[in-house]
Amino acid sequence: MHPAFSVIFFTVASGAGFGLFSLLFIADTFKLGGGFERDQLVAGGLIAMALVVFGLLSSTFHLANPKNAWRAFSRFRTSWLSREGVFAMIFMPLALIYLASIMFDAPLWLREISGFLTAVLAWITVFSTGMIYACLKTIRQWNTPLVPANYLALGYASGSLLLLLGAVISGLDTMPYIAMSALIVAIAAVLKAIYYFWIRDPGLSPTINTATGLTRAKVKLLDTGHTHGTFLTQEFGYRLARKKAGLIKTLVFVIGFGLPGLMLIAVFNGESGQFAALAAALGGLIGAAMERWLFFAEARHVVNLYHGAQRC
Amino acid sequence: MRLGLVIDLDVCVGCHACAIACKEWNASGTIGPLSDYQPYGAEPSGVWFNRIRHFEMDEYPNNKTVNFPMSCNHCEDADCVTVCPTGASYKRAEDGIVLVDQDKCMGCNYCSWACPYGARELDRSSGTMKKCTLCVDRIYDQNLPVEERQPSCVLTCPAHARMFGDFDDPDSAVSRVVRERGGYGLMPELNYNPTNQYLPPRRKPVIEMSGAPKGGLKESIKQFANRLVRR
Repeated sequence: MHPAFSVIFFTVASGAGFGLFSLLFIADTFKLGGGFERDQLVAGGLIAMALVVFGLLSSTFHLANPKNAWRAFSRFRTSWLSREGVFAMIFMPLALIYLASIMFDAPLWLREISGFLTAVLAWITVFSTGMIYACLKTIRQWNTPLVPANYLALGYASGSLLLLLGAVISGLDTMPYIAMSALIVAIAAVLKAIYYFWIRDPGLSPTINTATGLTRAKVKLLDTGHTHGTFLTQEFGYRLARKKAGLIKTLVFVIGFGLPGLMLIAVFNGESGQFAALAAALGGLIGAAMERWLFFAEARHVVNLYHGAQRC
Repeated sequence: MRLGLVIDLDVCVGCHACAIACKEWNASGTIGPLSDYQPYGAEPSGVWFNRIRHFEMDEYPNNKTVNFPMSCNHCEDADCVTVCPTGASYKRAEDGIVLVDQDKCMGCNYCSWACPYGARELDRSSGTMKKCTLCVDRIYDQNLPVEERQPSCVLTCPAHARMFGDFDDPDSAVSRVVRERGGYGLMPELNYNPTNQYLPPRRKPVIEMSGAPKGGLKESIKQFANRLVRR
């Protein structure tokens, strides 16, 4: 698949935003590390919402006809893309109610209920983002439950690292935030490793034989029938050398999971905590962006069987 | 009604006439125009609803070239329709034709990701997704003579490799030929239930090839020379 920059930015930014917001609610409810001040909570919540909004706006840049984008909310019952938009739109007012109830000292029940609902909707929205890809039977590398699991784990991992940065800047006790980040980043790393292991094996996937129905002999493509590239080759023809993919996978683990892990130790030891927390958050986000790029670049659509691939 | 095409792989000569006729009709049809990019430039490209690929099955001396026209299969379980967030893609209840409402499409490409057959192509000038309409603006046209109320590709095929009809009617010409010739849909393992059916190449009698060389002085000199020459 052709890796579109707008979609990569959208999924990484909105994932981190949704993750940050729900973890902020947890940090607020349990007063982790002494608890954030009122203004700090509101600032954190607004940063999370900004990440989500900029992500959603960026996602409209890959539309060829954005004037019809408002119609994308209409097929909620069947389309995961529509569901994602609808859930994100329900998230927004709930998140504002939660932040307002913090700001204006609303009764605790309102604050807790709106915060909980916001956190649940954040989870559902990131799950829907993953399901956009996981529901496609045409791309073997995507059609697995590991995809929404990866989207959730990576979104929450980068969100937890951003929250840790906030805790360090606010001068809270960082211990609970370090523990939370370490746990979520470790889960994200393990899930991603399982995913990379899983997609190595083609398994039961379509071949050039089932694509043409000529199943009794070897089949090979003689001619694609077009002079130059088509929409199909431009959208689905992207190919990535195995070596390069291996290098990027290594980088994902070193920068996206290893570096934040090391920086967590630095924050724990109290050595230039702010710098370490910033490096951890940036590493997490850059790692997630590389992971997302690879997620698209490695996906092989079955239409490639009609353009020369023997199996997908 | 379940309208669709039958494509006879045994008869198709790979002339691309169906693709040209399709482009000609649909460029001015309900879903037109079908934009071309750099048609006379170095990298000609554009929107087509019908594309013909050429495959070779088996290996020499048993090989055979199979010309393979492909357009929308108007699947019964069309994922392109279910994934569409705007409702622009729809499948007509009355005849099973899958269409894209050009006024609703936002050009997100998601339906083309869901289609395993590469039937959908984005028109970069209108920003909307386009696909085979089964010539819906032709097959119901009361002003045309009855025999011309068929998709353009079917009418134009010089080899009669394409047929159009109703698969719900077990006695229609398409249903009968699929039954008799063992017609099949593509990539059945994905469970899209494509309506269009392909008829496999017939088994041809094997043509005897001359076996052992004839022998004699001329032949042995030739073989001797062949061994000497380094190729």
